[in-house]
Amino acid sequence: MKILVSTKRVPDTDQRIRVLEDGQGIETGNLPFIINPFDAIAVEEAIRIRESQDDEVEVIAVGIGSDDYEEQLRTALAMGADRAILVETGSHVDSWNAACILAAVVKSQQPDLVLMGKQAVDDDANQAGQFLAAQLDWPQATFASQLELKETGLRVHRETDHGIEVIQVRLPAIVTTDLRLNEPRYASLPGILKARKKEIDRLTLADLGIEISPRIEVLNMQSSSTNRQCLQVQNADELIDKLRNDAEVL
Amino acid sequence: MQILVIAEQEEGAIRPGSRSALSFAHSVAREAKGQVELLLIGHELEEAADDAARYAPVLIAQSPDLVNPVADRYAAVIAQTVVQRNVDLLVAASTTYAKDIVGRAAGLLGGAMASDVIGHQWTDGQLIMQRPMYAGAVIASVRLTQQPAIITIRPSAYEAAEPTETSHPCEALPIDDLTLPDHIQYEQIEAKTNHRPDVTEARVVVSGGRGIKNSDDYEKLIGGLADVLAGATGSSRVLVDAGITPNELQVGQTGKIVAPELYIAVGISGAVQHLAGMKNSRIIVAINQDPDAPIFDVADFGLVGDAYEVVPQLIEKLSLEGSES
Repeated sequence: MKILVSTKRVPDTDQRIRVLEDGQGIETGNLPFIINPFDAIAVEEAIRIRESQDDEVEVIAVGIGSDDYEEQLRTALAMGADRAILVETGSHVDSWNAACILAAVVKSQQPDLVLMGKQAVDDDANQAGQFLAAQLDWPQATFASQLELKETGLRVHRETDHGIEVIQVRLPAIVTTDLRLNEPRYASLPGILKARKKEIDRLTLADLGIEISPRIEVLNMQSSSTNRQCLQVQNADELIDKLRNDAEVL
Repeated sequence: MQILVIAEQEEGAIRPGSRSALSFAHSVAREAKGQVELLLIGHELEEAADDAARYAPVLIAQSPDLVNPVADRYAAVIAQTVVQRNVDLLVAASTTYAKDIVGRAAGLLGGAMASDVIGHQWTDGQLIMQRPMYAGAVIASVRLTQQPAIITIRPSAYEAAEPTETSHPCEALPIDDLTLPDHIQYEQIEAKTNHRPDVTEARVVVSGGRGIKNSDDYEKLIGGLADVLAGATGSSRVLVDAGITPNELQVGQTGKIVAPELYIAVGISGAVQHLAGMKNSRIIVAINQDPDAPIFDVADFGLVGDAYEVVPQLIEKLSLEGSES
């Protein structure tokens, strides 16, 4: 069995994001980057599937972007991915283009399963997995919180607005991961050392035989200020009074 | 311009989020001289169609094979309808249903999609939209480069459309069961046991976080306060991870996005990911023991104190007043 895992490089979620003065991006100077947390869950799930199977399972991590992406791919390798592919693109790609690139990688690698985060926490689009499934005409199971490998395919618990939904899909399939699927492991020191020796294939769009053009253009960014003037109240009575008479919300 | 709005329904009524999507569509239609239609997909939709027809003309895609909302089939029906009826703009509320299904439909239709739109305007004949990025720390203005354009809107950003004075026509779409994809087998959905209003639709939301120690306390404190305010209950991620609250109550970047009239955060420290889900509420109240908790930075009213003391007092005082009036 072959599992492809998509890993995106995103700013550390604990960091404060600042918009450049010209509104054409965010300040990245001192910003630490991590694997998109949902993608880390996807890497973890792929490794757990490998650990639970008697048959051979190969886990391939894919990154799309600049040289910087090597860091996140090394992390995926250190967690336990077997090898990695970096598709080199000059600039940021939107969800559609990411799906086009992944579709081309899928066609060349022929995986049985693609695991990826339900959204990347930078653009928060929640689209690439669905786009990829549509492009490949594969089944999709989005927002997975539990996976069970069966003879006929996968049984998946999905987190929806109305509760946990259970579906079954045949393989090959696309699964996008939600928060509660697992708790990703930290890379161990031996894992990190081993990862240095694992190979990262570098591919260009020309190697994959595709061209991309964006579907969505970001024209401008603005910081969103959330702070309010907080009025401290001393007790329940005062709170009720303020909510009723000042805020007029009770 | 031909605009199609996906109508989600529950028990025969169009969901408020879809009515917000309809408001967005009407606003675009006014500017672009567009026609707006609703699309209902499912099985045995008579009641829902009657309700939908109070708002706009309705297209109905109905079949026993569409009884469950599986992404491959629903996306195929949507994409087919968009192509056949020359739809320029497809709109839906940003729910897990739409993220799953409309995302796939967009993938079939060329991928020009903007999700979680919270504002829009026309500039030089182009539709420019605002959408949050980086857990809401950044608001990006975006445009789509192709048609059809597929847009999901945040219900909290648009008022739900009201019924019009006259009723609108319904049209049944022919569904060829044989051509529907069959990639996904639907098993079941765990019945929702929450008797309170939906957290995304309620006027008041009371949410609990780390300060709440177990599910009994959650029910007593958070549930109790929500009930005296006729509100919904929400939760921070910590409680969902700890198994104290179900996932559908999670408010935040990756959970529900809410903007009620009143949001009361109890024992929630205020991680960026949580703030992303509630910071646009009209009035925010924070109750927390730690005076330095970041939740106070986004709150209008703060009470530094023990939730286990303050909340029972609030419940008692509010229910007394409720019974007097």
